[in-house]
Amino acid sequence: MSVPIDAKNSTMHHSAITDAERERLLAPDVVSGSEILLRSLLLEGVECVFGYPGGAVLYIYDAMCDNPNFRHFLARHEQGAIHAADGYARTTGNVGVCMATSGPGATNLVTGIATANMDSVPLVVITGNVATGLIGTDAFQEADIVGITLPVTKHSYFVRDVKDVARTVREAFHIASTGRKGPVLIDIPKDVSAAMTKFEWPEEISIRGYHPDPRVDTDQVDALLEAIARSKKPVIISGAGVAHSGASEEMVKFVEAVQAPVATTLLGLGGFPSANPLWMGMPGMHGTYTANTAIQEADLLISIGARFDDRVTMKLDGFAPRAEIAHIDIDRAEIGKNVPTDYPVVGDIKAVLEYANTKVKRADSEDWVAEIADRKRNHPLTYKDSEEVLKPQWVIEMLNRTTGGRAIVTTDVGQHQMWVAQYYRFDKPMHFVSSGGLGTMGYGFPSAIGAQLGNPDTLVVSINGDGGMQMCSQELAVCSINKIPVKIAIINNQVLGMVRQWQELIYNGRYSHIDLSGSPDFVKLAEAYGVKGLRATNKAEAEQVWQEALETDGPVLVEFVVPSEESVYPMVAQGKTLEQMLLGDDD
Amino acid sequence: MDHWHTMGVLVNNKSGVLQRVSSLFSRRGFNIESITVGASEEQGLSRMVIVTRGDDSVFEQIKHQLEKLIDVVRVIPVSDKPMVARELALIKVESAPERRPEIIALVETFRATVVDVGQNSLMVQVVGETDKIDAMIELVRPYGLIELCRTGVTAMARGNAQV
Repeated sequence: MSVPIDAKNSTMHHSAITDAERERLLAPDVVSGSEILLRSLLLEGVECVFGYPGGAVLYIYDAMCDNPNFRHFLARHEQGAIHAADGYARTTGNVGVCMATSGPGATNLVTGIATANMDSVPLVVITGNVATGLIGTDAFQEADIVGITLPVTKHSYFVRDVKDVARTVREAFHIASTGRKGPVLIDIPKDVSAAMTKFEWPEEISIRGYHPDPRVDTDQVDALLEAIARSKKPVIISGAGVAHSGASEEMVKFVEAVQAPVATTLLGLGGFPSANPLWMGMPGMHGTYTANTAIQEADLLISIGARFDDRVTMKLDGFAPRAEIAHIDIDRAEIGKNVPTDYPVVGDIKAVLEYANTKVKRADSEDWVAEIADRKRNHPLTYKDSEEVLKPQWVIEMLNRTTGGRAIVTTDVGQHQMWVAQYYRFDKPMHFVSSGGLGTMGYGFPSAIGAQLGNPDTLVVSINGDGGMQMCSQELAVCSINKIPVKIAIINNQVLGMVRQWQELIYNGRYSHIDLSGSPDFVKLAEAYGVKGLRATNKAEAEQVWQEALETDGPVLVEFVVPSEESVYPMVAQGKTLEQMLLGDDD
Repeated sequence: MDHWHTMGVLVNNKSGVLQRVSSLFSRRGFNIESITVGASEEQGLSRMVIVTRGDDSVFEQIKHQLEKLIDVVRVIPVSDKPMVARELALIKVESAPERRPEIIALVETFRATVVDVGQNSLMVQVVGETDKIDAMIELVRPYGLIELCRTGVTAMARGNAQV
């Protein structure tokens, strides 16, 4: 099976603007704030925008009539729009853009903004607001969205003057996409989007006090390199920052020079290739035996673009107890936030590793590397397979096998997410798309829409649970009408599986509100939207319908019916240290 | 080990900046003992002086988190070096006419001043370090404290140190 699918949809293409188009856009005409907004977005290279119109953005949507090159996708819920923009951003490295009206339109974006903020995803989020004269009067559909989103944005703007629109867009893109990336909100009152002024595009901007790219402190790196040369048991944790920085190649070079085993965090999957013999899998709550025990035994733990999240460290007192800690991060505030750090390195990972690679010496780790390789061989991830029922882990392995591990995979949140992290083998950055920090259910499917639009020539598989799929299933309409060929897998275990697992293991089997009875027939749901729907209840059916899905142009939804009782192992319960793993059925 | 930290924060003089700073403190669970805002020596920039309590690692966190705010131009750890820290308090004290001399004498030993005299009250203005103001308040409290207003601390490093 050849993986790259032939996306036959003519509406999808990368639209680098031509010089003639650029000249047209730059014309110093007297135009509305809305026209300025659209021109500015096009000049920033925006390929697609996901949004939903409403009263406060009517001028903006009106201006779209005069800008046929402005590709807007009408979501069916603002949350779907922002998750799509997020999926686009995570898989292209470009800034994702979404748009909504004031009040409820804006507040429906909040979950998506927080999702992007937690995972450092560059978004520019545009909201309308009531006219400036009505601000503060509790006008119809008024909400203080700048105030509401203050704690979950990298920065935000309330645009009071039409003359500020272009510069604001320029600044917002700069801020969203530099340093530690993140979402930037632009709130535009209705009278500002209506007001007329001469369009002036600021080629240069400067933002005082914003220094997103700290110069690499070579002394810091040198100190770390000396520690590495002394280390007998080094371990590297590779996080999302590696992909954000575009540093995957430098990472491989560095790791191979150092000779240290590598654990990739959930969002770090693919940043370092799983095919590399030094890869140990994911660390943390559902991490591999090898990764977790290696961290606990390490004498030097080097975090590269990972932030010592509590799902990685588990109980902090007792985390990596024998290790000196090194931390490379572009965000100075992350260093020392959760774990005291012996070797801090502030900087862009690519720049840091480029410098490090000029003089790095290998660690004294020959025995350690051999020991870890043995451990990896002797303690693979396991599950009890079955010929009677479909095991969810088997389904993920099958998806991995049939796509050669080369698909872009988006997930929702819960058990299936962990199984994808464990059983799908990612070798390239920006191929695993998941809400890691916020853990947002409803993210998995709409994010795949954005990922597919940003990567029209790559197979995009969206793997969801039956719970999360129902949180944003309305976006099937977007897939259908635009023929966006996402292959949607639903791992249907008829319960909220991760909650069930915790209730079984930690709440003495007192199951409370996990039964998803009453869920729709997902095949019929797909068909209701004009999307092909398929179902599998055993291995033979699974292979067959999945093959059919892969060979189908356009979107397909495939439901895999799996048992309710399966749990994700290994598991480190909250309050335990990493080596205190439950290994599950095969203990 | 917890102790007091005083920091200067140079910010863009834009609406909502105070909200961004205070939102950061509440979101991250940092405490604010006092916060003052006013114009700085440079047009377009305001200077906040924030007094907070925590150990050195908390203070480092606060500093780095503040520096991430786009509208924060610079964070200056004022209390790391010798500094002048001042606060102003207005204290309205009960004072029958016959007790005025006694209170005024007390006030003068603090180099405080009486800035208003009512029929049965005095308004005292005192400027100084927080300790001094606390002491002044305790001294006049027995006469009957009617109203108390404090500005919070503003502070500056001594000597040529440019912040």
